Amino acid sequence: MNLIGLYNYWIVVTLMMIGFYVVIAHENLIKKLVGLSIFQTSVFFFYISTGKIHGATAPILDPKYDLYSNPLPHVLILTAIVVGIATTALGLALVVRIQESYGSIEEYEIQSQDTQDQMESQLEAYGFRKKHDLSIQNLDE
Amino acid sequence: MIELLLDILSWVLLLSGSFFCLTGGIGLMRFPEFFSRIHAASLTDTLGASLILMGLMLQAGITITLAKLIMILILSLIAGTTASHAMAKAALKSGMCPLDQVDRSQQPEIKAYKDKS
Amino acid sequence: METLIDIVLLSFLVLTALAVAKMHDLFAVVMLSGIYSLLSASLFLDLDAVDVAFTEASVGAGISTLLFLASLKLVGRYEKRTRYRPMLALGVVLATGTLLIYGTLDMPHFGSPDTPVHQHVAPRYLNDSMAEIGVPNVVTSVLASYRGYDTLGETLVIFTAGIGVTSLLRVSRRTKREEQQRVPADMQQQIILRVVAKWMLPLIMVFALYVQFHGDYGPGGGFQAGVIFAAGVILYTMLYGLSTTQKVFPRKMLELFAALGVLLYGGVGITCLLLGGNFLDYNVLRHDPVHGQHLGILLVELGVGITVASVMIMIFFKFTWRTVKHKYFVK
Repeated sequence: MNLIGLYNYWIVVTLMMIGFYVVIAHENLIKKLVGLSIFQTSVFFFYISTGKIHGATAPILDPKYDLYSNPLPHVLILTAIVVGIATTALGLALVVRIQESYGSIEEYEIQSQDTQDQMESQLEAYGFRKKHDLSIQNLDE
Repeated sequence: MIELLLDILSWVLLLSGSFFCLTGGIGLMRFPEFFSRIHAASLTDTLGASLILMGLMLQAGITITLAKLIMILILSLIAGTTASHAMAKAALKSGMCPLDQVDRSQQPEIKAYKDKS
Repeated sequence: METLIDIVLLSFLVLTALAVAKMHDLFAVVMLSGIYSLLSASLFLDLDAVDVAFTEASVGAGISTLLFLASLKLVGRYEKRTRYRPMLALGVVLATGTLLIYGTLDMPHFGSPDTPVHQHVAPRYLNDSMAEIGVPNVVTSVLASYRGYDTLGETLVIFTAGIGVTSLLRVSRRTKREEQQRVPADMQQQIILRVVAKWMLPLIMVFALYVQFHGDYGPGGGFQAGVIFAAGVILYTMLYGLSTTQKVFPRKMLELFAALGVLLYGGVGITCLLLGGNFLDYNVLRHDPVHGQHLGILLVELGVGITVASVMIMIFFKFTWRTVKHKYFVK
């Protein structure tokens, strides 16, 4: 069995699963973004390790060498890295705006505020008046 | 003959550089507080990186790679030491004071930072 | 020897990822993710991917860590502990992982030259690139010429991210009037840092230009050069204040240059159409196809570098103005 190759791919799967776990199980939005970037980088390994050839050199043409690694995965992953940083930047801007609107970046607190706003607007539609003023500043402690 | 000598010299430099980096890592784990750790890490890392780069310069011969390695050496000396200076300054600013037998928390500079934080 | 480096680096990577999952101090998590990017850049170098290693080191360990730290100043530093044990998530993760590992048992041998990846298009690129395009770095020739349309889309993605961050994080003129002092008061005494940054800034910019134009002969190209240029400007901003840097790079100029890079790229394509070839077919740009390819790749990489540099600087400025707004107006 090809042990070093299998070790490579198994580590890639481990990293992917750690990143996946951080995205779905942790509740802080910034931690989720870090987990997403771990996931992305592990996928980049997978592509680059399929392109490697034993005894070859980097794909820069040189008269001294005659065996080169495959340049096609390198090009795809170059694009993928840059797209990843673009989405991370946009995600961080959204997190900053969420923090200013809701007062926190923990997922359950945001969801409970949303549910509360929804219930309040439904009660108002039925004609009930609010007992006291529930605002964002009072809610975040 | 001269190639053999250069080879042995570059091996000696590379091995001693790695020894210094290793001891820097051990010191980083074993020292009790922040300022002694920074002292260990920055000193040994700068020396270790410089020795490794000098060993690589002897392997490169007189090519363009030698000029690039010299530039990397100068950059790592300047940037590495400035970074550890910035870290120590930042730690002082946030009120940490060095663990010492002398009680330094009454010294005027550290007292000013501690009162501000 | 390469195998040993491979094994050691991969194990370090897994340990770093586990530490990221366990820690609750977000500052430490962001620093660990920077270390993760640097380790993965070394691993890419070990797998013969020099361009990718360059990009991952500059983008992942540089700009990404910086943006996370800037947003960490605006949200809190600590993560609250979860109230429940996520058993369902753990079960899903373990099931997916087992299926994926079962799938990898069938993969072709690592490092052998006759896997399906190396069969169809890659030998043609490696064999014909020197004759058709004449550029030694095959990754640059594939990126800018053979697959140039994808790179146009990628440049547009960066431009869109810049527009998105600009529209989300607007700062009013009232806030900018508050920040009129030349330098933040804390930084005025940091003489060592300011002098060293002033020395290093022209060298960083010359290095960015070197990487931009040397991308044909070694690792490099537009993306890496744009990110290095932006990193130099950000270093200057951190030590000399936002108002000082905005005198050199005002907001309108950054927005103009971001659009100018994309316009240059698309303009090269339209020029090829007008001169009689296909869209982004550089053969018709000069009297000789190989010279036309050289000119086309040069202009296209220049457009990419300009857009990436302006968008990265713009995004950093938006985050930093938001911290100023928080300092004065948000209690």
